[in-house]
Amino acid sequence: MSDPRPAVLEVDNVTIKFGGLTALNEVTFDIREGEILGLIGPNGAGKTTCFNVMTGVYQATSGQVRFGGKPLGRMRRHKITQLGIARTFQNIRLFKSMSVLENVMVGADAHSRVGIFDALFRTPRHRRTEAEALARATDLLEVVGIKADHDELASNLSYGDQRRLEIARAMATGPKLLCLDEPAAGFNPAEKLKLMELIRKVRDEGYTVLLIEHDMRLVMGVTDRIVVLEFGQKIAEGTPAEIRDNPAVIAAYLGVDEDDAS
Amino acid sequence: MTTPSLMVPPVRQSPLHKVGEWWDVRVDRYNAQPTYLKAIWAVLAMVFVYALPLLRLPIITTNQIDFGGVMFDCATFALVALGLNIVIGYAGLLDLGYIGFYATGAYVTGVLTSYHWQWPYFLSLPLAIIVTMITGVILGAPTLRVRGDYLAIVTLGFGEIIQKIANNVSWLGASAGIKNIAHPPSFGKQPNPPFEQGGAFAIPHLQWNGLVPSLDTTHETHVLVFGALDAIPYYWLILTVLILVIIGDRLVKASRVGRAWEATREDEDAAELMGVNTFKYKLMAFALGAAIGGLSGSLYASGQGGYINPQAFMLIYSMLYVAAVIVGGSGNRWGAILGGVIVAYLPDRFRQLGDYRYFIFGLALMVLSIWRPQGLLPPRRARRARAAEAQIDALEEGDVEVTDV
Repeated sequence: MSDPRPAVLEVDNVTIKFGGLTALNEVTFDIREGEILGLIGPNGAGKTTCFNVMTGVYQATSGQVRFGGKPLGRMRRHKITQLGIARTFQNIRLFKSMSVLENVMVGADAHSRVGIFDALFRTPRHRRTEAEALARATDLLEVVGIKADHDELASNLSYGDQRRLEIARAMATGPKLLCLDEPAAGFNPAEKLKLMELIRKVRDEGYTVLLIEHDMRLVMGVTDRIVVLEFGQKIAEGTPAEIRDNPAVIAAYLGVDEDDAS
Repeated sequence: MTTPSLMVPPVRQSPLHKVGEWWDVRVDRYNAQPTYLKAIWAVLAMVFVYALPLLRLPIITTNQIDFGGVMFDCATFALVALGLNIVIGYAGLLDLGYIGFYATGAYVTGVLTSYHWQWPYFLSLPLAIIVTMITGVILGAPTLRVRGDYLAIVTLGFGEIIQKIANNVSWLGASAGIKNIAHPPSFGKQPNPPFEQGGAFAIPHLQWNGLVPSLDTTHETHVLVFGALDAIPYYWLILTVLILVIIGDRLVKASRVGRAWEATREDEDAAELMGVNTFKYKLMAFALGAAIGGLSGSLYASGQGGYINPQAFMLIYSMLYVAAVIVGGSGNRWGAILGGVIVAYLPDRFRQLGDYRYFIFGLALMVLSIWRPQGLLPPRRARRARAAEAQIDALEEGDVEVTDV
């Protein structure tokens, strides 16, 4: 591959074993700056495991994940986030009894240096950081289109809006790489279309996006490049057009062509 | 379709919910006022609370035992509940050994001002806070790294260990306890025991003949005299501390620290992946809670006639503190304060019922946990969320007209 853009994240020969089960087997790929990379594969192929290794939830049994050239190793999870990887969750995990705005502000606090003494004495630094976080959170709610509900409880949002809120919260941490774990799960076709627009918009704002998705139409429509996993192995990598015609991929999806895959 | 007998009534709420709604209306009305009116109301409320033990209002005044002492207990419990609310309510950490921190604060003051050294009271107070906070960090640092119920068990053990140490170590007075703990300095005329009270000036109490108040000049409170005779000046001291802690609590809660606590409580994994150093914030909440426990313990040691013994730090008090936070409404500072006051006040008010009052208290806890598990004054958000949930549940059952919440 001769992509001139630098790699944001490199997954290098990563193997993960849970007891006797090999969830990922020597998987290698990288994500380049400013692209939307799709990570697809049948159920149980290891997509979410791959995600979890990148965000520090699991440790690789062997191999390495490097972010901006730096190995993540045993780095603690909040440090990885502060370094610039943010994610959403396959099963929505919002802070339910906090307001929509507060949810995003938790994300915006990721780089805040404000401590308890700033809070107690309301130092200028506290006021400045708080105002910045508020502005950032409001902007992001605007971007994902749920600004009107900012005072609502997160748990009171509709399913689709909760997914949007998760994206806004992840973006608020100021990531270089945004990982979306099945953001379209449970969406109807119209909502999926809107989500595709949103993902492109996010990329155009300068984020690099990693997308795990089941819906082939969505993946084909929005990604620049696709990595296909099956049984913990990488079986293909390439542009959507290349993946579409790849016999191994078609076999993995039991010969189902992408129009019916969803 | 559901049979009529299985149908849910339209979002019916128990009478206990009215407490929360009543409070909401008050808060809304208060917030809707211009700032100067808000300030006036706050000052009036403060004056009333300060004057409460002097007013000796009918019905609420305890006649069997000294009302000033009861108010002192209420204020102490409110302070403790406020501290524990940071740990349980904000950060979601179940601390079952809070009495251990309270005892630590009390014993630091006891040892420093009476048993081994003769420090003035206000020098021992900051040390009591610092020592308790360090105790909290030492206890929390290993246990807060692991999730789940470990913290509850470890703190439970801690509370018991502290009491056993106090009971058995002769350097700490063993079972006889510590007496003659220093009082804060009195202002004005020096008090001369046993009967000369001294102090800056004296305020007579009120007495009530039915609904007619009159001045009771035989009972007076001498302002700013701290001694074993009258608990009211101590009540004022603790109330002042309580107000300062409330202000601090407000400032910290409405900052990224408060948000980090709440996020950790809601979903620890998600919080971590959003860049919250959950361990640091859990430890911070735990240590702050401990510090407030130590602060109230130190005030108690001096205020309770200057005498402490291990019997005052039985593990059962830890349970009472947790009950205070839960009854009042975990996560809401006013709820915690209300809970503390209720738990301290009711047993004293109904002393004539003898041991039955504990039976009634237990019964009340059961009733509350069935009809109002979130406490009397839960945080407003939780209240809104539950109302919405009740609506959704009712809708899912079908056939139910839902009215606006």
